[in-house]
Order: sequence, then C-alpha cells, then structure tokens
Amino acid sequence: MQESIAQDQLVEFIRDASCGVFQTMLGLELRPLAEYTEVDPAPTNAGILSLVGFAGTWAGTGAFICSARMACRIADALFLSEHDSVEEEVLDAVGEMTNMILGNVKTELEEILGSMALSIPTVLYGHDFIKRNQGKHEWTVVPFDFEGERIEVQVCLSPNQQNEHARHAAKPHLAGV
Amino acid sequence: MPVDILIVDDSAAIRKILQRVLRQAELSVGEVIEAGDGVEALEALKSRKVGLILSDINMPNMDGLQLLTQIRASHEHKNVPVLMITTEGSQNKVLEAVTLGASGYVRKPFTADQIKEKLTGIL
Repeated sequence: MQESIAQDQLVEFIRDASCGVFQTMLGLELRPLAEYTEVDPAPTNAGILSLVGFAGTWAGTGAFICSARMACRIADALFLSEHDSVEEEVLDAVGEMTNMILGNVKTELEEILGSMALSIPTVLYGHDFIKRNQGKHEWTVVPFDFEGERIEVQVCLSPNQQNEHARHAAKPHLAGV
Repeated sequence: MPVDILIVDDSAAIRKILQRVLRQAELSVGEVIEAGDGVEALEALKSRKVGLILSDINMPNMDGLQLLTQIRASHEHKNVPVLMITTEGSQNKVLEAVTLGASGYVRKPFTADQIKEKLTGIL
C-alpha cells in the first residue's frame, strides 16, 4: 500500500468515474476542463451541493456541484421524465450520481490507500454555500462542461489522524526499558 | 410463472430505475416490492416469499452483506437468488459477496442490458 496518491492520478480517477457514470446512466458526454487545487474553494453558488465522507486510513470529503437546471437535466435523463424544478426526485438523482461517481473513485483509491468507507450522500439546495475543511487541506477541483453548464467534482483527502494516533498508541512503550 | 422480486436499496433513485428495467425486461416479472435497507427487507420477507432479490451493499441499519448472510441462514428464503448491485468494486467485496452466497454481482453504474443479462442467467 502506498503512503499517498499523486494529484494527477486522483484527477484521472475523478474524470474516469464522472464521465463513465454520466455516459452509462444518462447517455450524456461530459467535457473535462482544467483541474486545480484550492484550500478554501470559493462559495458554491451553483445551486446544488452534494457531499459524501470518506473514512479509513485516509479520510476526507467528496463533493458534486451543479446548477439547479443541470440537476433537473440529470433527473430527466435518469428517470426518463421531465423535471422543471428541484423537487425530491431531482435531489435523489443528484445524490445517486454523487454516490456512483465518488463510490467508483473510492474503489480506485482503495487499491492505493487501503480500505475506505463512503458515507451516504447529503444533498443541499440553495446558494452561496461555504464549505470548510477543518484541517485546512487542499481540495482537488475537477470541473466539467456539459452544453454550457458547469459541473464540479471536488475531493479533499488527507491521512486519517485518528488512525495515526491509534497506531502510535498501540505501539509498545519503550521508555525506561 | 411470474416471479415476485424484492429490490433493496437506500437510494429511491436506484429503486425507481430498477423497477423500470424490470418492467421493460422480457422476463416474467410479477409483483416488485421495495425496501430501503436490510432491516426493512427482512421485515418484508416475514410475510411473503419472493423469487429474486436485488440488493445494494452499502446501506444504513443493515448492509447488503449482512442481509445476504441472514437470507442464506433462513429456512424459508435460503435458496432465493440474490443479485448484488453496488458501487463497491473491490475484489475483496466481490469475493466476500460470492462467498456469502450471492448469485451475481453488478457494479454501478450499470446499463439496463447488463441487469437483463444477469437476470436471464439467474432466472
């Protein structure tokens, strides 16, 4: 098991998972845009913010961000019915897309970083969300374009400090020997 | 004879998609019932029999592998085919599911054809 993951490898996992899920489940082609990293990404004013947590030797958060209009398009394609506003079914659709995209990213990450668990998605609808990682770790932001609509998948991962503490606590204490 | 099917997934979206796939498949499908996790699934199975179970793995309260274990240990439902449909793609999880008695494994995202192909093999 490696100690860390290269930035370009994480970006590749996110792109492959996002394009694959959109193509397979919705029949839609995403166009990847240039990725970047940021400690505190700007407030999310896109409309929909869907979050999952990663837990394991490495821990963190994954986010799927899109506009309300894009969320409706996702639900239209997923359920083969029209959605004019963000209602329960639209939020379910975004939650499931988040689960599939970041679940597939998790599977790839596990090959490198060891076993991880993924939380159930939480989907928020509003504007000007500010999300903050308490550890001040960098977010990898991977944007996509779909017919002029911007979609972002963001991941913030770092070694799990609690695991580190547990591992050190479990070591034999040699002082005074 | 039509087969009654139980779909177990905490995602309402996936339950709805699977309902559609089952209705469109050229299979003899009877009643399709839904459960949001393993606990709800076992509750539903107390009062009825089904011919096939489609189950997610990662769910609250009782996950799909725990549900599979309970089903294989039950006198009434131990022979019911269980198809796992999940984002979990690691070899360890696949092996664990097969060892516990899963009849098949489909990784999300899936196409309707993949589900139909698996169901045709199982049924």
